[in-house]
Amino acid sequence: MSGPKFRPGDAVDFLVIGAGAAGGVMAKELAIAGFRVVVLEQGPYWREKHYSHDEIKYTFLPELTNDVKLQPITFRANEHEPAKLMKAIEYGRQVGGGSVHFTANYWRFHESDFHERSLYGEVPGTAFADWPITYADLEPYYTKAEYDLGISGLAGANPFEAPRSKPYPLPPLPVKSSGVLFERATKTLGLHPYPAPMAVLSQPYRGRPACVHCGFCESFGCEMRAKSGTLVSVIPEAEATGRCEIRPDSYVRKIVSDARGRATGAVYFDAKRREIFQRAKAVVLCANGVESAKLLLLSKSNLFPQGLANSSGLVGKHLMWDNGSFATAVFEHPLNEYKSVQVTRVIHDYYAADPKRGFYGGGGIDARFNFYPAGFALYGMPPDAPRWGSEYKRLIGTYFTRTMSLLAHATSLPMEKNSVTLDPDVKDAWGLPAVRITFENHPDDIANLKWLQERQYEILKVMGAKKIWPQPVEMYSTSVHLMGTCRMGRDPKKSVVNSVSRTHDVPNLFVVDGSNFVTSARQQPTATIQALAYRAADHMIRAATNGELA
Amino acid sequence: MPAASTRRDWIFGSVGSVTFAAIAAAREHAHRAVKTTHPSPFEFFTAIEAADVAALAAQILPSDDGPGADEAGVIYFIDRALATFDADRQGVYRSGMPEIQGIAARPKDDQLQLVRSIEKSEFFEVVRTHTLLGYLGSPNYGGNRNQVGWKYIQFDDRMAWEPPFGYYDAETK
Repeated sequence: MSGPKFRPGDAVDFLVIGAGAAGGVMAKELAIAGFRVVVLEQGPYWREKHYSHDEIKYTFLPELTNDVKLQPITFRANEHEPAKLMKAIEYGRQVGGGSVHFTANYWRFHESDFHERSLYGEVPGTAFADWPITYADLEPYYTKAEYDLGISGLAGANPFEAPRSKPYPLPPLPVKSSGVLFERATKTLGLHPYPAPMAVLSQPYRGRPACVHCGFCESFGCEMRAKSGTLVSVIPEAEATGRCEIRPDSYVRKIVSDARGRATGAVYFDAKRREIFQRAKAVVLCANGVESAKLLLLSKSNLFPQGLANSSGLVGKHLMWDNGSFATAVFEHPLNEYKSVQVTRVIHDYYAADPKRGFYGGGGIDARFNFYPAGFALYGMPPDAPRWGSEYKRLIGTYFTRTMSLLAHATSLPMEKNSVTLDPDVKDAWGLPAVRITFENHPDDIANLKWLQERQYEILKVMGAKKIWPQPVEMYSTSVHLMGTCRMGRDPKKSVVNSVSRTHDVPNLFVVDGSNFVTSARQQPTATIQALAYRAADHMIRAATNGELA
Repeated sequence: MPAASTRRDWIFGSVGSVTFAAIAAAREHAHRAVKTTHPSPFEFFTAIEAADVAALAAQILPSDDGPGADEAGVIYFIDRALATFDADRQGVYRSGMPEIQGIAARPKDDQLQLVRSIEKSEFFEVVRTHTLLGYLGSPNYGGNRNQVGWKYIQFDDRMAWEPPFGYYDAETK
């Protein structure tokens, strides 16, 4: 399946930048509504035949994600430190974006996530704020996303879940040994385990086959088309309209704006690094929570000297991190967690913040498979195990099938000083400034991670673990949930986009991705990114139909 | 960290360089390895270097209670990695290999001592990473021959599974 070819000189109705979780939804919604759409994607266009179970290719080499050899990233904890080269953030870099290689946890936010500032008050040192929308505003779009993409889960099984208008379109996937042990133990502790909502098909759905439990989800592309990313669901539908062109290997360097302050298209490098200007009546930036901010900062003009849509000065600010506490444990008998999807059981009992804990925070805990064979031997072993030799080898052999992990997906408070900026010195392979990440956690986030790790210990002990080892919470890992850098709000001085993801400054420019997030909720941003995309698309279609975007 | 030659002297208690006899033994070892397990020559290593690195890999994953780095053909994985996708690490090997020069020809106790003396080095860390990738990564890269690494850890690479997957979910059926 492939769509039409548009000439760059002809202004299409919408130019979407980024073909990931949000961009794929945009492509489908806008094309089905009758608009002509070009989607520029910096990465390649691969299909399921390209993918394999090759751990080296997909987890040690940047096959599906940004390659820091081509696009270096620098990192510093704060502005007083020099920034050093480091792969601080990671994103899917291909048609389908992160929805190709993600774990496929698919959590809706809770109602409280949209107004936590009102519920819990100010958190000193942060820009903690309510969203300009409520859960009720987004609910129809969560439902639409779940049905369009194909989500498996059990409505009502999570007593903390927000109200939903429809059940999941597909039943949950079969429980694994980690899920059985986790469910038993959490019930013993008086908690409420429930089947994980997953963007993986438990049954055939809309022409795609059910999951065959091969076990290669996280970091891998699905060879069966059973993982419900945009690549295999909404993008083919967009192309089938005959009005949507997905243009891979197209790396945008600037969104162009005219003297009236309106976006007129974007200049990108094609696969041969030729510069091409694609004209459009409206631009929808879905490049992810880091790349979208970078591109706005790069798109300076006389009217927008600090970057496009950046009159607030907040583009790139309030970066929130993929915080999580992690504990691994070994059990007496083989769990064989390497089979089937990563996660089958979750609890949200600790999701809501509770002022009695003495800090703002909370988290959802899932029981999961986390390490493929080589990754397990290198990074998954207990810290007190030998690192080489006979005993090391013997332990890898005993532990691999008997190990599982708990991951607590945790809060990351928005702070203005945590940011995406353009590195003044380092350039990428195209000569564009490298992304510079400045980030350090708020003390409440650290306290929360430690508290959640204690809960994980309690659960793992009741599960009957023979040995438990944590990952130190102070140890940052690469952030794969990129949130907050073009935050949503009513006040143009305090936010970058309005409540329908339209930039305050440029009427025909939208930013729709994780950058819109005002708060981090408890991670697992994909469902909310896609619900925001469906909602923004509705608004764009109305605006375009009314002639507002012409 | 002491210079390579200093450490080697200490470990081998000898005169500052490996003897001709040791080199000859290593060459013989490498020659046998090449002849019996792989028809093509190494791309990055000389045969002597390959024998030394293979000896180090065999200390990391010995062939005691089951196939180790030797049986998995880890050295062929490493050679290929350094010639292709991990060429950036050639320098780490170039500067690290003098530290283990001649190790292949030494008795096991000497080998153990030498590995202990370098186990905190960047070179060791890279060889360790490569050894594990060559033992447990896809056999397409030249290592994990006959899937010996996967079999040892009881991992089975299949395209499809059906529940029950493990002991505890089977127990509930």
